[in-house]
Amino acid sequence: MSIEVNGRKVDWVENENIKDLLKRMRYTFPLVVVKINDKVIPRSDFSEVIVPDNSKIAVIHMISGG
Amino acid sequence: MNKQKYSKIREKLRKSSVGIAGLGGLGSNAAISLARAGVGRLILVDFDKVEESNLDRQYYFLQQIGKTKVEALQENIRKINPKVEVETYNQRLKKGSMEKPFYDVDVVIEALDNASTKADFIEEILTKLPNKPIVAASGVAGYGHSDRITTKYLGNLHMCYDEHALSSDEDILMAPRVAIMANWEANLAIEIILGEDK
Repeated sequence: MSIEVNGRKVDWVENENIKDLLKRMRYTFPLVVVKINDKVIPRSDFSEVIVPDNSKIAVIHMISGG
Repeated sequence: MNKQKYSKIREKLRKSSVGIAGLGGLGSNAAISLARAGVGRLILVDFDKVEESNLDRQYYFLQQIGKTKVEALQENIRKINPKVEVETYNQRLKKGSMEKPFYDVDVVIEALDNASTKADFIEEILTKLPNKPIVAASGVAGYGHSDRITTKYLGNLHMCYDEHALSSDEDILMAPRVAIMANWEANLAIEIILGEDK
């Protein structure tokens, strides 16, 4: 009962959506892309998409500088 | 080098176009590389003027201080490769219409500085121009750690990325690392235009 977020193993929570997971991980930076098992999830779906058990999640974020 | 391959590449690049959003450390250096490589048309977008503090990493010169960045960079490109067609937009990209200058380019390069503007821009391009390849960069600040930089392929988004870098509010921006990232972006744009080099 665990998932992997950016290479880090964390507990899987039943019925947790992406928005809640990001809150739990304290990812507050401006996000660009979230991938679950290599599938890109649009930002507009973050409140609807439920994180499945055993999934691998990649969160790509923007850092200032240019 | 194989002459046939060489002229095929030249011709493909000459017919290609790249749009660059932001002409700071990333955008100015990427534009110069693409001009040297022979990309036929560049669309340059920035609202700012050249300042003395830019010269530690951006492709401008002391005599150009006070000029708009679009004008200064166009001048510099002309001195290197006058065959490049340069189109300039001296304007700030506004949320809701950020994609406008980039309708007809082959590749869009995100070269903005502020994290949330970067995110807004990428989101607008991905949603409003769903077939447009976009190259972005995140994690430019600091020095060293070249080998932490990777490319993330996320559908149409090609991201030059160092997830461990600090933001430019907390860390210094320096020419070598900024130019690596800028050229990484330019190199990705060329890879998209030409297809993978096998």
